[in-house]
Amino acid sequence: MPLVLPLLLAVVLFCIGVYGVLARRNVITMLMSFELMLNAVNLNLVAFDAWRVDEATGQTLAIFVITLAAAEIGLGLAIVLLLFRGHGHVDADAARDLLEHEEAS
Amino acid sequence: MTTALFSVAGAVAVVAAVVVVVSRRIVHAALWLVLALGAVAGCFGALHAEFVALVQILVYVGAIVVLVLFALMLTKAPTNPLPEITSGRAPFAAAVAAVLALILGAGVVLAFGNEKIKPVTDGSATAVGTQVFKNWVLPFEVLSVLLLAALIGAIALSQRTESAQRKKED
Repeated sequence: MPLVLPLLLAVVLFCIGVYGVLARRNVITMLMSFELMLNAVNLNLVAFDAWRVDEATGQTLAIFVITLAAAEIGLGLAIVLLLFRGHGHVDADAARDLLEHEEAS
Repeated sequence: MTTALFSVAGAVAVVAAVVVVVSRRIVHAALWLVLALGAVAGCFGALHAEFVALVQILVYVGAIVVLVLFALMLTKAPTNPLPEITSGRAPFAAAVAAVLALILGAGVVLAFGNEKIKPVTDGSATAVGTQVFKNWVLPFEVLSVLLLAALIGAIALSQRTESAQRKKED
């Protein structure tokens, strides 16, 4: 199998995730796009591990990234629920509590 | 054979990922995410990383998507189509993603255009276990502490809202 195939698939998945994070308004959809990007990274790790016939270092790192993704989505969804309880919406564009006003209003 | 399998799984993953990002119904997007992550697990399998594929199905499809569906249920997210699902930055975001894909794709093709993956036959669980407990013991333990911290953080976040709201009402 050519090595470019998994790498290009990872590039496409990562860019779809980038579009989702930048374009969508719902915070939960943004978190789902984060998962797509992390999966692209895992695909890269596993592909390079299969290329260098190594002792599964890349696969070990992929498992670590999956663990990190689980921790990230847990905390992220807790923050989303906090946002919903405080504001009644999960719209990323409308969450402006930390907005810095440039002029003293 | 593995190339054909990988291509089919990769095509499914790309189509499902596109639907996740552009779908107007959020619950449908979460369910398409199951398909995308499952197809990526198939790609891992085609790359002879069976253990990673199984962990992917177990953690992502079994835990993360269920967690996302729970969050959708708890936030009473609008499950019917919305007119404004994307922000006004959508064309800009599409341009950024396209340019990034072009740059990364060109770099990958230029750097690794002629390399081939040799097929290996043995399974991967033994190798991963040996690596984790031989070379990566300290990161493994730190990860367990990180999971505990994430757990405590999530509990603290949900507890704090109730007490803060009670304080606000008083």
